[in-house]
Amino acid sequence: MDKRIVIRAIIILTGLIFIINLYIIQVADNSYKLSAENNAFRHVTQYPARGMIFDRNGRLLVFNEASYDLKAVSDQIKPFDTINLCKLLSISKEQLIKTLADANRYQPVVISKQMSKKRYAVLQEFLYKFPGFYVETRTLRKYPEATAAHLLGYVKEVNKNDIKKNRYYRQGDYIGKSGIEKSYEEKLRGRKGKNILVVDVHNRIKGSYKEGKYDTAAVVGKNLTTTLDADLQAYVEKLLQNKIGSVVAIEPKTGEILALASSPTYDPNMFVGAKSSRNYSKLVNDPLLPLFNRAIKSKYPPGSTFKTVSALIALQEGVITPQTVFVSNFGYSTGSHFVKDHIGGAVNFIMSIQYSSNAYYCHVFKNILSDKKFSSVSDAYENWKEHLHSFGLGKKLGTDLAYEEKGLIYPASYFDKYYGKGRWNHNTVISLAIGQGELGFTPLQMANMTAAIANRGYYIIPHIIKNITDDSIDPIYSIKKYTKIEPKYFDPVIEGMEMVVKAGTARSAFVEGLQICGKTGTAQNPHGKDHSIFIAFAPKDNPKIAIAAYIENAGYGSTWAAPIASLMIEKYLTDTIKRPWVEKRIVDANLIKK
Amino acid sequence: MSKNKNILVRIDWITVIMYLILVFFGWLNIYAAVYNEEHSSIMDLGQRYGSQMKWIIIAFALMFLVFLVESHIFALLSYFIYGIMIFLLIAVLIFGEEVNGARSWFEFGSFKVQPAEFAKFATALALSKFLSQENFKIMKLNNLIIIGTLIFLPAGLIVLQNDTGSALVYIIFILVLYREGIPGYILLLFFLLILIFVISFFIEFYAMLLVLFFISVIAFVLFTRQYKLTLIGLSIFTGFLTVGIFPVLILNMNIPIAPVIAISITATAIIALLYSLRKRIMIMFYIAPILIASVIYTFSIDYIFNNILEPHQQTRINVLFGIEKDLKGAGYNVHQSQIAIGSGGITGKGFLQGTQTKLDFVPEQDTDFIFCTIGEEWGFLGTASVISLFVIFILRILFLAERQRSAFSRIYGYSVASILFLHFSVNIAMTIGLAPVIGIPLPFFSYGGSSLWAFTFLVFTFLRLDVGRDETF
Repeated sequence: MDKRIVIRAIIILTGLIFIINLYIIQVADNSYKLSAENNAFRHVTQYPARGMIFDRNGRLLVFNEASYDLKAVSDQIKPFDTINLCKLLSISKEQLIKTLADANRYQPVVISKQMSKKRYAVLQEFLYKFPGFYVETRTLRKYPEATAAHLLGYVKEVNKNDIKKNRYYRQGDYIGKSGIEKSYEEKLRGRKGKNILVVDVHNRIKGSYKEGKYDTAAVVGKNLTTTLDADLQAYVEKLLQNKIGSVVAIEPKTGEILALASSPTYDPNMFVGAKSSRNYSKLVNDPLLPLFNRAIKSKYPPGSTFKTVSALIALQEGVITPQTVFVSNFGYSTGSHFVKDHIGGAVNFIMSIQYSSNAYYCHVFKNILSDKKFSSVSDAYENWKEHLHSFGLGKKLGTDLAYEEKGLIYPASYFDKYYGKGRWNHNTVISLAIGQGELGFTPLQMANMTAAIANRGYYIIPHIIKNITDDSIDPIYSIKKYTKIEPKYFDPVIEGMEMVVKAGTARSAFVEGLQICGKTGTAQNPHGKDHSIFIAFAPKDNPKIAIAAYIENAGYGSTWAAPIASLMIEKYLTDTIKRPWVEKRIVDANLIKK
Repeated sequence: MSKNKNILVRIDWITVIMYLILVFFGWLNIYAAVYNEEHSSIMDLGQRYGSQMKWIIIAFALMFLVFLVESHIFALLSYFIYGIMIFLLIAVLIFGEEVNGARSWFEFGSFKVQPAEFAKFATALALSKFLSQENFKIMKLNNLIIIGTLIFLPAGLIVLQNDTGSALVYIIFILVLYREGIPGYILLLFFLLILIFVISFFIEFYAMLLVLFFISVIAFVLFTRQYKLTLIGLSIFTGFLTVGIFPVLILNMNIPIAPVIAISITATAIIALLYSLRKRIMIMFYIAPILIASVIYTFSIDYIFNNILEPHQQTRINVLFGIEKDLKGAGYNVHQSQIAIGSGGITGKGFLQGTQTKLDFVPEQDTDFIFCTIGEEWGFLGTASVISLFVIFILRILFLAERQRSAFSRIYGYSVASILFLHFSVNIAMTIGLAPVIGIPLPFFSYGGSSLWAFTFLVFTFLRLDVGRDETF
């Protein structure tokens, strides 16, 4: 072998090996580029302040308080005094080491979450000793009034699912999980900004990348003004303490929700800060379901309050007139079944509402379903069902509250299937006549139904947001939704409802000079004592408030629901309570079975 | 005057131009590596790129100085220069400045010189002078001893300065010796030793022994075609192995398996050797001793690594072979350097656009790791061009060396090419993670006056000799 060639070959071979290696590093393998990106840039997220929430009178319901998270990128950490840092953070060394060991090398990891201002102040002084660590200022939600927990909802750190569903979110972001926080998440959160900073090997910030050409500014979240009346809300929560149930109050002219309470409730501040997860599991495991928003999720039979709508449908369909009289035999017999009534004899239209005659409405229901206009019971039933839908019953109202329940009205086909086609009639489903059986409406739907009666024939979809800063609310919340009942038919029903309070089943709800119109209900249910129900609006002319109140397993509507609703109306319309003894009886009552 | 004109005509312009390209490109990259916007002028003397410009200008002056000297003067003064150099290497040990733990600098005011850089030049001259004697026989013991002394005296002194990297350069004179008459198998053996050294870190010690043994067996079969004999040898080996392993497996004794294999191999080799001696199978005289030597060598690597090397040296080697992924510690430099080069992609980020080197992620980015800046800002096209340029440059010098009439000039040319090759290959290999971090500069690129001048001297002395290539002296 020629030695000259061997030597040249060695040199050329070395060059080739280098070029092949460089090809692999520079062209074939992409991982180095990623490393370089993380080496030199630090993406600093600018978290916008979440929008604040106010009540209808401008009272602050939710605001933000600064909190401080200590984060670190393990790749940028230099050896540091572990014990010193642990002391500053009051965490164990093992915990710190584990957190860092589990973290992705190039991604920030939270070392200490939601530090107090005081701890942050101390830490900041020594932070220079811990390269790779930095503090990110975040905000926590604060609820000064501690009311309306279900309505306001809460925010929580995003989980994997949230991140998967929406790429906007990154680990550690907060997202509205229920209530307004959820349904108005996009308005409230604003938009995160991003600063790309150039850092050197010592993690010193050298300035912004390309003079901030690729930076985006954070957009502050929008402030929301709710339709809520904070005083009324606090008052109803006080009245509902130690009771299970729900009360919804609506301004009929606008569909604005004035108060919406579900009891038992909780302090929204429980979901904030270090104890939030412990509190959360406590609430989740509570058998009384404090997290469950009964106002929009619970389906209750309407009971006798349903007679108002039955009367309206019958009048509209012409199967009765305001002069119609039916005879009650202290009940109504279907042949196989006897519906009891607590009054007997001839019952006229006003009396039927005033004293809540079951027999009268069994007759009304019979007339509705056996109406000759329709070729079959099924058709008559479907028409009746359409009427109910036009009151917003048994369908989603389309409110701006998250997780609204749709309620329950069975279609005629259900009975066709159950009993056989043409083999059922009004007698078969007679319990519907008095708002029992296969019916289930949420308190919000019932309050909305009451508002539609108060408005004599229309409602506006109930909603919780009145105003958004620099933005408008959805126009559907200003459209009048008309019922299928002509306005003229409302007056006799409303007369009856006035008599209910003046001299009927709900004298406990009478307040001098307020012209409250109402209807009691007592709904049988499989869970124990009857639910106490009351719907009401006031004043009779130009109504300002419509209410539906449900107290679970409490007995007669007149005993609990009616006084509660009337106290609220009194509070809202006059801002004083002239019957402190009624208020005291309600506040002191504990109706939760132990 | 006519003589000067003669020089201008006869000088090898190709080498000169390549030299200028390398130096200029190096300067640009030093500028890029330490660039900051406050001192954006490349001639700012307060900055390293400004200084480098100063060194470059001085280097050009040296170039002309070299051309004023007659060719034969270099040969004449070889030993003298070598002697002075040895003296300086000793002096620096006593009077030198300690920088980064190495006592290898002379300081004159703000001016620092590293004699080790110039010692290569002196050694090359002395070696050329010695090897170019008339009727010189390289394989004579006396001559080998003198050659060894010439090479290892400066290398040893440099090791004493605690600058192992610079001392490592001297092993490359093996290429020169190979060209001048040392047989090929010594060169092969030399590479084999390096190969075994590298492989022994990758696999378990006893696996290494088995590999060596079977390579020997295969070599024997290939050379002699004595299949039957081979089978008998293998049976003997298996017998030894069984006897050795028997107590381990059956009696459950705690005997380490490596010595059993080592002893079995050695015993088999000795028997084979004795048998071959009687039957005069010549090939075995090579194979068996090489095998036994390899076993001992592997043992000693193991022993040296575990018992003699200090922990930080162990980690450096381990990191190189990917045995410990200590990216924050010893592997940090190499890892960052790979990231910087890798992030350049095909065409690079553009001049002055590198982020990794500019933000100090890569240590020694303007000296030993200057290649990172090239990789990051000029991409694969840049690195491939620089490597090709170096390869062509070295090949060009070899080509020039072969056309010399005087042996002195030829040997000196080979020395220059070899030294450049070692610097180039070790520096780039360490930058891209193929060799441990050995702090030696990339010729013409790395920041520093001593290194640039030494290489300029080295190359232009040869070009001066090349101008007088037809002379004999």
